[in-house]
Amino acid sequence: MRESLDQWDFVLAAYVVAVIGTLGMIAWSWIAMKRAEKRRENVRSATRKTR
Amino acid sequence: MHGFANPKRFLSLAQWLTPLLLASGLIVTAVALFWGVTSVPPDRLMGETVRILFIHVPTAWLGMGGWSAIAISSLVFLVWRHPLAAIAARAAAVPGLVFTIICLATGSIWGRPTWGTWWVWDGRLTSMLVLAFLYLAYIALAQAAEREGVSARIPAIFGLLGAVNIPIINRSVVWWNSLHQPPSITMGKSAIDAVFLQPLLLAVLGFSLIFGGVVLARMRALLADIQAEARLRRRALEAD
Repeated sequence: MRESLDQWDFVLAAYVVAVIGTLGMIAWSWIAMKRAEKRRENVRSATRKTR
Repeated sequence: MHGFANPKRFLSLAQWLTPLLLASGLIVTAVALFWGVTSVPPDRLMGETVRILFIHVPTAWLGMGGWSAIAISSLVFLVWRHPLAAIAARAAAVPGLVFTIICLATGSIWGRPTWGTWWVWDGRLTSMLVLAFLYLAYIALAQAAEREGVSARIPAIFGLLGAVNIPIINRSVVWWNSLHQPPSITMGKSAIDAVFLQPLLLAVLGFSLIFGGVVLARMRALLADIQAEARLRRRALEAD
């Protein structure tokens, strides 16, 4: 017996996985970068104040 | 080229290159995927599912490209002891892992309507799954080495050894019987019709720009963490 599969469901599922994965990675990397650079600036300014 | 290995010079370059690569990558990828979904005709054998090609192939190449970047950066670090090379290797691991997982997931989704199964334990799929586990092991090892203050040479050696898997992935469909098709694109040759090849190459370019942007963002984050830690340590020593 032959299954009747809607091919577009599979296309849509693959694109959703790719878009969520890629955008999630970009957002996480950007936020982590900004947070790390802000921490470095805070440490730098705190060091200057104590001198 | 060697001049950009200076962290200060690298940061001044990465400052404007990171958003540029990410923004252009997102635009190019969006155009390529839109083109692939709306303008490409269905394939004679695979039907509409051929559109998965435009995400599956670029992410597969970048999954392997990510580990190649780790191996090359690790070699540079081991030979010339440049710390920025170790940071570049660590930065390539996360996008490499994410693209490998997307490649495995989209391949599995593609396999169900075309092969009749979500997964087979053949050479190509298994070696790609091994690559995902290698990425996880590398990330864990690099984090542990940093936390415990162990030499960065250990993850670098692991990065070099793991590169053995890359030619295995590449040749797996030639060496072993597989449901996966043999290579369609080789050096300078393509068995893919231009109607599919053009949006595919554009998608490869778009995903590659995103990969580059994420690597730079990860490098900036790692570098900022190292610089903050070094300053805190210096301050603690001065206070003693």
